[in-house]
Amino acid sequence: MSFDMDKPMTNDTPVTASKGYNMTGNDDGAMGRTSRHLQLGSEEVCVETHNLNLFYGDKQALFDVNMKIPKKRVTAFIGPSGCGKSTLLRTFNRMNDLVDGCRINGEIKLDGQNIFDRSVDITDLRRRVGMVFQKANPFPKTIYENVAYGLRLQGQNNKRVLDEVVENSLKGAALWDEVKDRLNESALGLSGGQQQRLVIARAIAVEPEVLLLDEPCSALDPISTLKVEELINDLRERFTILIVTHNMQQAARVSDYTAFMYLGKMVEHGDTDTLFTNPKNKQTEDYITGRYG
Amino acid sequence: MQSKDYAHHISGQYNAELEEVRTHFLAMGGLVEKQVSDSINALLDADSALASSVQENDRRINQMESGIDEEIIRILARRQPAASDLRMIIAIGKSITDLERMGDEAAKIARAALSLCEEGESPRGYLECRHIGNQVRLMIHEALDAFAHFDANQAFKVMQADAEIDIEYKTATRALVTYMMEDPRAISRVLNVMGVLRSLERIGDHARNISEQLIFLVKGADVRHSSYEQVQRKLEN
Repeated sequence: MSFDMDKPMTNDTPVTASKGYNMTGNDDGAMGRTSRHLQLGSEEVCVETHNLNLFYGDKQALFDVNMKIPKKRVTAFIGPSGCGKSTLLRTFNRMNDLVDGCRINGEIKLDGQNIFDRSVDITDLRRRVGMVFQKANPFPKTIYENVAYGLRLQGQNNKRVLDEVVENSLKGAALWDEVKDRLNESALGLSGGQQQRLVIARAIAVEPEVLLLDEPCSALDPISTLKVEELINDLRERFTILIVTHNMQQAARVSDYTAFMYLGKMVEHGDTDTLFTNPKNKQTEDYITGRYG
Repeated sequence: MQSKDYAHHISGQYNAELEEVRTHFLAMGGLVEKQVSDSINALLDADSALASSVQENDRRINQMESGIDEEIIRILARRQPAASDLRMIIAIGKSITDLERMGDEAAKIARAALSLCEEGESPRGYLECRHIGNQVRLMIHEALDAFAHFDANQAFKVMQADAEIDIEYKTATRALVTYMMEDPRAISRVLNVMGVLRSLERIGDHARNISEQLIFLVKGADVRHSSYEQVQRKLEN
């Protein structure tokens, strides 16, 4: 058996091609998931929170959250139930505005602009910050219309444009091959995993900057989960992805950075490799190793 | 990271599995320590029965290595350990390879002891063997002790002790080479003694490796291929 040590590992070797991981570590392009080289401090910031406090009535759910979320990276939020991770995620596209008695102070900057500013159009904000929920929520329409919905809302009715966006979005969501022959059938006939990918296709059809995924796989079987994770891996080059998950292995698998929250506070936020092998904080350690705190 | 931390998982079964793998590792270490000690004694006391038993026992060490490996694979597959648990599993998985090699070196020393027993005459170099042997025994003991108590500073001392052994090994080799030149009839016997010294030196290296793994386990820092100053800095961080 011979070993060709001189052969450089390029992106067309199967290892790198299949996962899109950058094994050479030389170019830190969008492809690169060389987490070893990832450093939170040196990343371009996409979303930044500043002294963010959130109250549901009298109950405070978020305490002084300060974090910088890097652009075009996957950031996972982990923490026990009720720690505020879903609340924080929903705050990024002001979904909490819909909750009665919800008060927020502090600021969240998206590309430098405070999203709570009066001048911010909330519809436009939600286009820029797309969201996918735990349970797939396709509209009771055809597969095609589900994906085209956002564009139609924006007034786009040109058939050629819509066809192209629908195809690209479904391809982007790794669903095209499975549904291309039945675009005009009801979306409700798809399996749970397909529905979730359809919803992701719908979200990316309007070209958001940020994708919020709130436990996107918790209702899916392991194979569908892997497909969605693979999809997240493909989408990381185009979007800033924030994912809330209860599955720590999933956070470890898909994310570049991980944020651990506990009792409404941001306890530790760092690159996933370090956080899962050598966390700095004892609470983080106890949580990810399954100890009682 | 403290040893008692291992008993705090929500899953009691997981606690038990981690504790078991750690106990088995320390038991394997204890057996290797005894093997090395016995092999040196067999050589110095020309005790062929003891040397034979060392050779016999090597099989047990190999079995223990396989057993611990299986436990580790099972834990990795079923529990997906993270953070300090992961570091412990990895550190033990690597250290048992070192322990097994130490066992092999002990068996080699025992073989040399047997052939030197047959030749009868007490050759040169025993003094060095005794001296380096004692140091190496102490190193193994301290390395395992550091592992049992999660003591990174003690592990660092073991790493430093390895440098001293390397120096003594070189000095002893030089003296034995001179002796062989003076008395070519002794060459085959002295070569046996040099083999023993080399084995002892290798055992010291393996003890150092185990200490490096322990520092990785406790501090999360990779201190392999680092200078002592670098290790010191990583320990202080």
